[in-house]
Amino acid sequence: MAVESLRGAYGQTLLRLGRENPDLVVLDADLAKSTQTQVFAKEYAGRFIDMGLSEQDMVSTAAGIALTGKTVFASSFCAFLMGRVFDQVRQSVCYNQANVKLVGTHAGLGVGEDGATHQALEDVALARTLPGLTVIVPADAVETASAVEFAAATPGPFFIRLTRNNLTTFFGAEHRFVPGRAPVLRDGTDITLVAMGAMVEKAMQAAELLAADRVAAAVINFSSLKPLDGDTLLRYARQTGRVLTVEDHSVRGGLGGACAEFLAQHAPVPMTLMGMDDQFGRSGKPEDLYVHFKLSASDIAAAARRLLSRP
Amino acid sequence: MNERELAGLSEIARRLRIHIIRMISQAASGHPGGSLSAVEILTCLYFREMRIDPADPARADRDRFVLSKGHAAPVLYAALAERGFIPASQLDTLRQASSSLQGHPHRLDTPGVDASTGSLGQGLSMAVGMAFGLRLRPAASPSRVFALIGDGESQEGQIWEAAMTAGFHRLANLCVFLDANDLQIDGRVSAIKDIAPIGEKWQAFRWRVHEIDGHDLRQISSSVAAFRRETEMPTLVIARTVKGKGVSFMEDNVNFHGQAPNARETETALQELGDGR
Repeated sequence: MAVESLRGAYGQTLLRLGRENPDLVVLDADLAKSTQTQVFAKEYAGRFIDMGLSEQDMVSTAAGIALTGKTVFASSFCAFLMGRVFDQVRQSVCYNQANVKLVGTHAGLGVGEDGATHQALEDVALARTLPGLTVIVPADAVETASAVEFAAATPGPFFIRLTRNNLTTFFGAEHRFVPGRAPVLRDGTDITLVAMGAMVEKAMQAAELLAADRVAAAVINFSSLKPLDGDTLLRYARQTGRVLTVEDHSVRGGLGGACAEFLAQHAPVPMTLMGMDDQFGRSGKPEDLYVHFKLSASDIAAAARRLLSRP
Repeated sequence: MNERELAGLSEIARRLRIHIIRMISQAASGHPGGSLSAVEILTCLYFREMRIDPADPARADRDRFVLSKGHAAPVLYAALAERGFIPASQLDTLRQASSSLQGHPHRLDTPGVDASTGSLGQGLSMAVGMAFGLRLRPAASPSRVFALIGDGESQEGQIWEAAMTAGFHRLANLCVFLDANDLQIDGRVSAIKDIAPIGEKWQAFRWRVHEIDGHDLRQISSSVAAFRRETEMPTLVIARTVKGKGVSFMEDNVNFHGQAPNARETETALQELGDGR
């Protein structure tokens, strides 16, 4: 399967949307080359503002522009866009119900060598608490393009979390992101692996490893964190009786937290939450970091076997 | 501004002060000091300078106003009531659970409020965004953006990020009033973390700076007239004001930053303001 850039898909989609919608405005904070908003900037300089190194100002300014009737995308690394700027996201964007689409890149350990300061491991947890904010973590380039398109066409605040690294493309060009619907990438009856972002391809690899042991693992791409697809989660929790979540993010309040909150109320089943737990990341090659923090495909498969052996 | 207009605006300012005292007293909480210091600024903007329409609060070609120092909500609500955006009878409901008048302004609750504010510093960036957005229209909008910031608020880093943005991008359609009353919750601004020399700072950030007596309606109006002629840079009006202005025991008294007057104080204040006149 092809491996493609989510950031690249973001930039190309902005370019296309900019052509269709003259009221689309894009802001960045000195990371246009990294976030790929530069693709839009080159074509539509009059509707692109590089705010410089002022992320807080960027997000409140984005809200102000949106309140004059524009659709505004604002990008930076997730660590800054959600971590540093949380209060501005909360009040300027969400409380005002401003039509602002926050697209963060370089999520999680996948940042790699830049290390802990730049590895957002809390952004989804923060974003999930904000009223009216739709939270999307696409798994591949196709889903990224579709999610960005959906956000542009839907009034209100969005947070879209993208990786620095290229990821395996699972979806065909016809795939459309639908909020509150979690695509099931692989059916299974023994255990459900729920993954988001960069961990989706790891979960798929883990499912292959488990299949070799005659364990039938279902894999759900939980790209729509909010609204959450309770129906699919419930169906698979009942169908398999075991749920393992895996994320390049803190398990506290992230994907694992979201699934646990839901299942605890509607269908309590034994669960394992894989991800970062009360710890910072560190420098290293992304794949080495996933091994270091026990988030490789074989770690997921091993954790799944342990979960299956629990009474 | 002729004598007659000045008298008319002065009378409106007096009524705004009475509204402020009454609604904060009724709510038994709120921020009288920083509301009273901004009365003349809002009077001049809402009753003389801004192009707004109470019958159509959201019309696209309106001028915008952002109360970046959102805790001065009572003066904004008083102006909106006197100007006909909301019924004056609503003012008594300030800060109650069922009210459309929250402790800090919320644009989705109150007609005429252009931005929800409260966390200091953000309102200025939002005003900068509005000035950008209006300029970005295919046919540039003639609308202007006004904002009110505090001197305590000027200790927020975001104020200076926004100042740099607006100055660099030459947002000449933006006029910001600095309510310089020299008091913040913990004491004098000049003693806690002095923002002086303030005019020089804004000039260095490429703003046109005017300094006026913030209780002089003619000076306020003249500064707006100068702003209208401006084509090169955003305007910052340093309005020297007295916190608690108009009520003797509240004037320059830090205790009335965020404290409501009790029944006796309310009575005295309303007497001083000529309530019932």
